Amino acid sequence: MGGHSVELDSKTLWGGKESPFQTSYGKLMMWFFLVSDALSFGGLLVAYGFTRHDVSVSGTESWPIGEETFNSLPFLGHGYPLIYVALMTFILIVSSVTMVLAVEAGHRMDRKGVVKWMIATIIGGFFFLGSQAWEWYHFTHGSEFGKVELSDGSQAIVQGHFGEIEKFTVTKGGTEHKVGEEITDDLMHHFQHAAMNGHLHMHGKVMQIHLEDGSLANVTKKADDHLSLIVKKDANAGNVGKRIEGVEAEKLYYEALTSGVKNRVIYGAKFFGDDQFGLNEYGPQQYAQFFYFITGFHGFHVFSGVMINIIILIGVLRGTYHKRGHYEMVEKTGLYWHFVDLVWVFVFTFFYLV
Amino acid sequence: MERDDLIEYSLHAHHDEEKGKKIRKKIMQVTVLLTLVTVVEVALGAYIKQSSSIWPIIKWSFIIMTLLKAGYIVMVFMHLGDEKKWLRNVVLVPYFLFMLYLIFIALWEAVAVGEAWTTYGGA
Repeated sequence: MGGHSVELDSKTLWGGKESPFQTSYGKLMMWFFLVSDALSFGGLLVAYGFTRHDVSVSGTESWPIGEETFNSLPFLGHGYPLIYVALMTFILIVSSVTMVLAVEAGHRMDRKGVVKWMIATIIGGFFFLGSQAWEWYHFTHGSEFGKVELSDGSQAIVQGHFGEIEKFTVTKGGTEHKVGEEITDDLMHHFQHAAMNGHLHMHGKVMQIHLEDGSLANVTKKADDHLSLIVKKDANAGNVGKRIEGVEAEKLYYEALTSGVKNRVIYGAKFFGDDQFGLNEYGPQQYAQFFYFITGFHGFHVFSGVMINIIILIGVLRGTYHKRGHYEMVEKTGLYWHFVDLVWVFVFTFFYLV
Repeated sequence: MERDDLIEYSLHAHHDEEKGKKIRKKIMQVTVLLTLVTVVEVALGAYIKQSSSIWPIIKWSFIIMTLLKAGYIVMVFMHLGDEKKWLRNVVLVPYFLFMLYLIFIALWEAVAVGEAWTTYGGA
């Protein structure tokens, strides 16, 4: 900190002794690095803004809304808009606070304090990384309903409570399942796989599923609750944002699901080898790509921040900095850690809120 | 050989317990402020729909709150507020100038590109 304020006069300054910024080389270089890193993140977020603005101009496709896309909590399911990401933000803020407390302890040469607060910071970092892993997993797998292409060619996201699938009763045997067998394992996975490949259809009033081994089964499923569709993409811009509810919504949704056509329904956002590679249920293709790239790039920064913090913590424990007479290394890694928090503040606003 | 013509700036940062107490108090105040602002942001985001007529105001208030949070993180947590004025300027001014230009040009171009797609179609 510059609280020491040495007067700068031309003699000391141009004599090469006093530095104009009155700070050490290492800290100055850390600041310059952070500026360049901030340009990378700024570039990514501006590119996101460009794409979003570009897509919105035509009005035929709406950009995903944060509170609709991110509304789940672990163990509790859907209906909690933005709570999870708020929790992640809070974790990162708290770990930033513990870091600045470690820096403060360093300024008092309080080694125990530095150790204590750095350990807290590292734990906070791991918590954030774990939360992000869950968030990615959830984003990749998507909701229970997915996004659906309706019979008129428009696309809609689905809200409501998905009625549980109870069992598949095999009516025609395949290589694995025999007639009359009841399947109760991994039903959701099979169901979604069949739905996106067009392997579901209606047989009178009974929904039937073609399983991968060539067998055919009747689907026993509880009724959905409060099912509603929100149109997100339509050639007629006037329909975008329209809500369809009740019986009509149910009819349109299951008509698409059992049409026998591939990719009428899309679940999550697949980013590795899959039939629906590159597609996502939330909105335009670029949306998921930006999500993975920006939060991934940030997550990688958090990961490297945790690693650097661990390395510095080892230095603190070994007494390296105490012998040196100052804890500036803690201050420098602290700058990097705060920067990671700073970036998240912007990602939070522009990806989740606005 | 020890050099006496170098100033060890790293040593200037030390402070005593009394000053430490003041600094910790400030840190706690900023923590509370950052948390409160985040809570307000989440509440507004969760309960006010983007289709609402006051959404533009909400959107701008998000941006202002974000800059406020960023300001406190940079100035207090990263101690940039305590650095020399010119270090502060060297870090912030070029960055802001460049980002403002980039945001302006990107949004301007986005409208042009979007209109081109709408007019001429895409196949």
